Amino acid sequence: MKMYTPRYTGTVTKYVFVESPEMTPSDLAIRAYEISQGVMIKETCFGLQVTGKEEDVNRIIDSLRALDPVHIFVKDRGFPPGDTRRCRANLGGARPGYFGHEFEMGLIRFISGGLTALPSRRPDEVPEPPAPKRREGLAADRLKEIIESQES
Amino acid sequence: MANVFIFPTTSLILSDLVARFGYTPLSAAMQIREIIQTPGLESPPLQITPEDPKKGLHWAAVEVPSGVRGRMSLYGPLLERAEAAIIVNNPEYSFGCMGCARTNELLVFLVRKKKIPVLDLEYPTSDEEGREFVAAIRRFLDSLPGASA
Repeated sequence: MKMYTPRYTGTVTKYVFVESPEMTPSDLAIRAYEISQGVMIKETCFGLQVTGKEEDVNRIIDSLRALDPVHIFVKDRGFPPGDTRRCRANLGGARPGYFGHEFEMGLIRFISGGLTALPSRRPDEVPEPPAPKRREGLAADRLKEIIESQES
Repeated sequence: MANVFIFPTTSLILSDLVARFGYTPLSAAMQIREIIQTPGLESPPLQITPEDPKKGLHWAAVEVPSGVRGRMSLYGPLLERAEAAIIVNNPEYSFGCMGCARTNELLVFLVRKKKIPVLDLEYPTSDEEGREFVAAIRRFLDSLPGASA
């Protein structure tokens, strides 16, 4: 086995997704480049990847989020951009993890709507979110009846 | 502010909302970043080595397949740090091999066993559900010990 020397140690990478009627990923990228100050910015079809020291990345993301707070979404990424183990330029096809983004970006307009409505919501109003349906399990008594009916 | 475990651990929506409301989301990316930024022997793609299924014994029994134990070595430290959890049930995109499926089941089981505050949800499918989804997460986070509201 070969020795492994990590790249970009001590950095964090964050995804910035934009799903806005008023802003495109390239608008966001231009704004990010203006304030990047040495932080690595990679423009993508859905937004950006920002890599650098944590405080620098957070500073840039706070500025970007302020442009359109309810339509810009951020999450951490483990790998840096262009990593040969994940980059589709090396692997071919969609990057692992893309399907999760694709699924959630299909729902993100509902979340944007929820964030827009949140300030006008009464504090005492109890939310009724979509919750998992509980299925009644088989009662032990009923199971015992079934077993006994088969034995007799 | 509290560390909030999110499930699915790669969720953009949960990660963003938890961070937006001022809490720390515990997502898979944090663990992956730590592993791939640690020097050692090269073991692509995730730097998982034969040592990791041994570490996974802390959260899963020895007869549990090594695939589950290896994954638990990734997620287990997140569980240890969790002070609350938000679980979205039946996420379509976390469908995967038996190793992923069993790890997901074990993760949800261990979260519930930990007796921390848990919010159970489904993904929203309409504007109305989206509003309730966001409001429920906000209310849950505000109710945690140490919350500002």
